[in-house]
Amino acid sequence: MPIETWLIFILGFMIVGSIMALEIKDLLSSIIAIGIVGLALSVAFLFLQAPDLAIVQFLFEIFAIIILILAFLKKEYHKKDDPSNTNKILTLVTVITLGAILFFSIDVFKALPAFGEPYMNTAKYYLENGATETGSANLVSAIILDYRAYDTLGEVTVLFTAILGALTIIRIKKKSSGTEEDVV
Amino acid sequence: MKSQEGMTIIVKTVTRISVWLIFVYGIYIIFHGHLTPGGGFGGGVIIALGFLNVFLAYGKEYIKKWLNIGLLHDLEATSAILFVGIGIIGIAMTGGFLANFLSKGTLFRLFSAGTIPLLNILIGAKVGVALFLVVWSLSLFHIDEGGEQ
Amino acid sequence: MILYILCFILLLVGLYGVLTKKDLIKIILSLSIMGYAANLFLILFAYKNDAIFPILSESAVQEAMVDPLPQALVLTSIVIELGITAMLVALAVRLYQKYKTFDITKIRSLSG
Repeated sequence: MPIETWLIFILGFMIVGSIMALEIKDLLSSIIAIGIVGLALSVAFLFLQAPDLAIVQFLFEIFAIIILILAFLKKEYHKKDDPSNTNKILTLVTVITLGAILFFSIDVFKALPAFGEPYMNTAKYYLENGATETGSANLVSAIILDYRAYDTLGEVTVLFTAILGALTIIRIKKKSSGTEEDVV
Repeated sequence: MKSQEGMTIIVKTVTRISVWLIFVYGIYIIFHGHLTPGGGFGGGVIIALGFLNVFLAYGKEYIKKWLNIGLLHDLEATSAILFVGIGIIGIAMTGGFLANFLSKGTLFRLFSAGTIPLLNILIGAKVGVALFLVVWSLSLFHIDEGGEQ
Repeated sequence: MILYILCFILLLVGLYGVLTKKDLIKIILSLSIMGYAANLFLILFAYKNDAIFPILSESAVQEAMVDPLPQALVLTSIVIELGITAMLVALAVRLYQKYKTFDITKIRSLSG
């Protein structure tokens, strides 16, 4: 089979999986469905010749599932009051609007380069000179840590800030709840 | 029986052996980031998952004894600073921030590609420690009861 | 072109979840679906017919390779996504602690 057929199959699988993740009532099933979508994305990266991304996506998906399950699984809130029931009219209007967006954006996709025939202006330089200029056989590593190391520095900063933010949010809780108890 | 934290004895025994293999694999992925698929991000997450494996199998109290959490915070911040430090050394040596100032070496050798393996190691340490710390701090709270323990 | 459209549909599914769901957890899941779609879209651009991954090997002859630049960009994007997910989870946990619910309509109506 050509690669396009495989990718259509995987993408269809991902769409079905994400709709299931959003519509299912049970929380654990929902989180597992999102995990399936992420793992299917990892397989798609393998088909698209990006083994670096496949490894990273696979591991991060596992990590995200563990975080979500640790944080959310113990609660029984969705048995007491069901927040997943939504306004029917609002849902209908949203679906129609998104369908219209899809319909009108089909013309845009015709203007893009066809699948399998990228332009590769910048990439040609990287592919020809990357190994000799950086000494790294893995050209993706060569790009993220040599040609575009600024990107990686920014990314490390963003990760640092996000993690710091998460830690700060959690720590504030400790103190504020303590003072609330003191007040009460 | 209060001290029976974590999972069963089977899981604990398997973890005791397998977690070192996980660490070795993560370190391998980090060190070979410039030769094979992988690199600092992937290897860092593998190391974080190894810590997480111990955490899930043995429970909170064991981790508190086994690891120095304050030291991990320091390690995370240090690797971020060293990343910038390597960039500044690049300015001093060659005139560009984060420039590759070490020798390129031979292609396909482990010790080659100048600063790329160094930066990979720093990113791996940072990502691994940071992700474990997030899970660690998330798990410190029992939000069922609407407050910390 | 059908691949681009399917990928866009995946993005729209995530957008639908963000717009209509009232559950904070479902909103976090929708955001990660949108992230998947965006990453996959960039990598779909990078693929070249009959090309191999952009990693040189010692023995093989030089072949055509796919575009390594979007792969480098997406690699950082995935990591940032995980950081964002962790931060959103922390926020949601804190909101639950304060309001005892994940329903955003109720959170809005409760004050202080």
